Amino acid sequence: MRYLPLSDADRQDMLSTIGASNVDALFSDVPAEFLNAKIDLPTRKTELEVERHMSKLAAKNTAAGSVPFFVGAGAYHHHVPSSVDHLIQRGEFLTAYTPYQPEIAQGTLQVIFEFQTQVAQLTGMDVANASMYDGSTGCAEAIMMARRVTRKKKAILAGNLHPHYREVCLTQTQYTDDELVSQAANPSDPEAELQAVIDAIDDTTSCVLVQNPDVFGNVRDLTAVAEKAHAHKALLVAVFTEVVSLGALKSPGEMGADIVVGEGQSIGNGLNFGGPYVGLFATNQKYVRQMPGRLCGQTVDADGKRGFVLTLSTREQHIRREKATSNICTNSGLCALAFSIHMSLLGEKGIRQLAMVNHKKTLDLKTALNSIEGVEVLNKAFFNEITLRITGDATDVVEKLAKKDIIAGVPGGRLFPNAGLDDHILLAATECVTDDDIAALTAGLKEVL
Amino acid sequence: MSMNSEGRPTGLENVEATTTKFESYSGHQGLRLAEPLIYEIGSTELTGVDFEDLEEFDAQLGGVERQSEIGCAGLAEPDVMRHYTRLSRRNYGIDMGVFPLGSCTMKHNPRLNEKIARLPGFSNVHPLQPMSTVQGAIELMEELSTWLTRMTNMPVVALSPKAGAHGELCGVMAMRKAHEAKGDARSVVLCPESAHGTNPATAAFCGYKVKAIPAKDNGRVDMQALIASLDETVAAVMLTNPNTCGLFENEVRQIADAIHDNGSYFYCDGANFNAIAGKVCPGDLGVDAMHFNLHKTFSTPHGGGGPGSGPVVFSDRLKDYVPVPYIVNDAEGKFALKEWLEIEGDTSFGRLTAFHGQMGMYTRALTYMLSHGIDGIKQASEDAVLNANYVQASLKEDMSLAFDSYCMHECLFDDGFLKDTGVTTLDFAKAMIDEGYHPMTMYFPLVVHGAMLVEPTESESKYNLDQFIRSMKGLAAEAKSGNKQRFLAAPYHAPYARLDETLAARKPILRYENNES
Repeated sequence: MRYLPLSDADRQDMLSTIGASNVDALFSDVPAEFLNAKIDLPTRKTELEVERHMSKLAAKNTAAGSVPFFVGAGAYHHHVPSSVDHLIQRGEFLTAYTPYQPEIAQGTLQVIFEFQTQVAQLTGMDVANASMYDGSTGCAEAIMMARRVTRKKKAILAGNLHPHYREVCLTQTQYTDDELVSQAANPSDPEAELQAVIDAIDDTTSCVLVQNPDVFGNVRDLTAVAEKAHAHKALLVAVFTEVVSLGALKSPGEMGADIVVGEGQSIGNGLNFGGPYVGLFATNQKYVRQMPGRLCGQTVDADGKRGFVLTLSTREQHIRREKATSNICTNSGLCALAFSIHMSLLGEKGIRQLAMVNHKKTLDLKTALNSIEGVEVLNKAFFNEITLRITGDATDVVEKLAKKDIIAGVPGGRLFPNAGLDDHILLAATECVTDDDIAALTAGLKEVL
Repeated sequence: MSMNSEGRPTGLENVEATTTKFESYSGHQGLRLAEPLIYEIGSTELTGVDFEDLEEFDAQLGGVERQSEIGCAGLAEPDVMRHYTRLSRRNYGIDMGVFPLGSCTMKHNPRLNEKIARLPGFSNVHPLQPMSTVQGAIELMEELSTWLTRMTNMPVVALSPKAGAHGELCGVMAMRKAHEAKGDARSVVLCPESAHGTNPATAAFCGYKVKAIPAKDNGRVDMQALIASLDETVAAVMLTNPNTCGLFENEVRQIADAIHDNGSYFYCDGANFNAIAGKVCPGDLGVDAMHFNLHKTFSTPHGGGGPGSGPVVFSDRLKDYVPVPYIVNDAEGKFALKEWLEIEGDTSFGRLTAFHGQMGMYTRALTYMLSHGIDGIKQASEDAVLNANYVQASLKEDMSLAFDSYCMHECLFDDGFLKDTGVTTLDFAKAMIDEGYHPMTMYFPLVVHGAMLVEPTESESKYNLDQFIRSMKGLAAEAKSGNKQRFLAAPYHAPYARLDETLAARKPILRYENNES
């Protein structure tokens, strides 16, 4: 077995040192009737055989880079520079554990410190944590944090929040003290949707969760929501699923957000069929001790040299157990590293350029689609996502286009079942989309409509 | 000056300067290269990415274009390569040497897994693209499910939890839902004192009061105390098996029966499944739900703290309560994912994460399983247990064993052997860094004073273990002989001396600030 370094002779030697007759003697605490259960699974395969098997499975999937591809709604197909993947595969990063021994983990720790700084800057907030599992679980954590800060229970979820995010919040808080109020989705009138949020805020509100751009791609100004929230001592939780949008839009911090939470997958990380992703979480200095998850802080070593350590862990489960701020343990360390490397390559200049390329592609897409009879683009202000209303069943249209090797987008009914959005399609265009892709989609849509 | 056989000088008697510390002008010390923060070497004007040129166009950003500076520093690609390469060299990873971090499980990370996870058919597929275009991905999830359910002899698995602690949440939520379905509200979850801190935190997040169950002198849960605590308020018992003392709970079947007789559910924290995978099926032991730390037991990269993956297997008693999404077969026998609860009749407790979970981890774990095969997985468990017992037997005269019996995949020492030496557990651990090892887990589990939990895993050869044992014996002897100096300011040979954690917590600096402006 290629991963096991003991020879049979070693095993015999070691057993005699231990004083055991055979290896099963070491398992003597397991009741004999349960030991060495017969398990019907295949035996070992060579590296070549495994590659062959897995490659066959991979070949049954249509990869985003191989066809015109317009799927967004929470995960985005971006180009990741080659150096990112090369660097995260360095064994010292890849195979390190949580930095419990800071003297020999300064690589990981400095990266986390830089990551925290980058996320704080992008979101316009004071501080960020060392990442969450993903954007959706981060939202649930934000709700629980707002309760701790405000000592109020009612969280308002905007209607145009990603419906999976909403579900995760509902699931994760169903047995906590939080009370969640969800509003109805409104793809064609985002201003009315926002106004409904504002109207719902009262003195019992702990926080409001508003996504920008929203799940249908609409860009909006959250300032008025923040003002109303603050007037009632509630927090604005600004949510995003497309972190690249922060390169083009006024930051959530500038709009008055108290907590910013979102998905960082777009920078440095692949689509991976849904995970692993990297949740971003930022807030203001005064709430730091209520923030969930890991934090890295600057300090000095015994020689006076600047260094970094995990800090403020008194909030965490390994100290406070059932009183912990969160039960989160692992974070998305390696994905955060990939994010941070990609951000270091981009810098301020690059993230702004990337954002504008995304916006321009989407503008081109919108123009092309608007020219098709039976298609209406609903968005007035958007970043890199738009929503169409078509004459016909969206699921059927998307499936027909898939047969033509065009992956068109997400049918409204898949994200919002039973909500009357079966004739809607959500699409995204990133820097990976070419003029030919847009032409292919346009031609394809004309044919199948 | 002495010469070697080739006539080259070997002695250093005339070169006393090499032992004198001096500051270099660059801050570098030979190959120990200093590395500032990206903010100190980059600028907002620099970028390492080229984009196509854009002509002027009218943006439709709704009047909220970003005006203010973001502040993120950029670097050209060569400096990015150097920055992260230099930083990486201050890290200790499993590829460098023995990493005996008990309960955390650092084992060999096959690069085949990385290669497979990067096949575009896995890495570049979107969770919401049409299911007809991701049949291979769902088939992979199905195949992984088969491995996990057969290895545990439990009927269903929820794949989506994103880490072990997330898996605990999944398991306990299903239990709560099942109780509610029976109209039997219960309020208490029992956790042994030795449980991972996430266990009580999880139970609390599911609305339960947590009651601790003490451990016996032999390191196992006190079954009499547990049974005495079982009443109609107890919803579930959370047990780690093999437990955090590195021991198998030998009365597990009696415990399970008592739990079930009480109408409660048995949650097993499966963090230590790598001791028994292929040898023992948790379903046979009466477990109702158990999470895997896929990233530990089946070797996906730990990446300095994640990502993880925490699928949960369920017994027949709980199989109707698993979260969405889950795999179903449509009429044509094709794979589909059920993503939403039906309006009526669905007993699932909801959705745990935006999409389908950690596909990148599923790919790696399945690659590892296929490479080992069930025979190899069994052998790996046996070797992990053998290695731990070998270390335990070899060091029990030198260090103090917490429990003198065979251990599973990790062995537990306490600080008894350091009594009156003036050397603390922490000092001892830091001295291990000078020996070239990552220290073991310290101070955990809490039930043992000055705990030192050593997990060698099956990845270590006898040669590596013998070298490790030699170091540990040497350090123990030195501490006992009164040579405190070697320990008190250790590590001496690490990139950094001991870091001031108190300062970091008292005056938190959590981001870079440009102090010059």
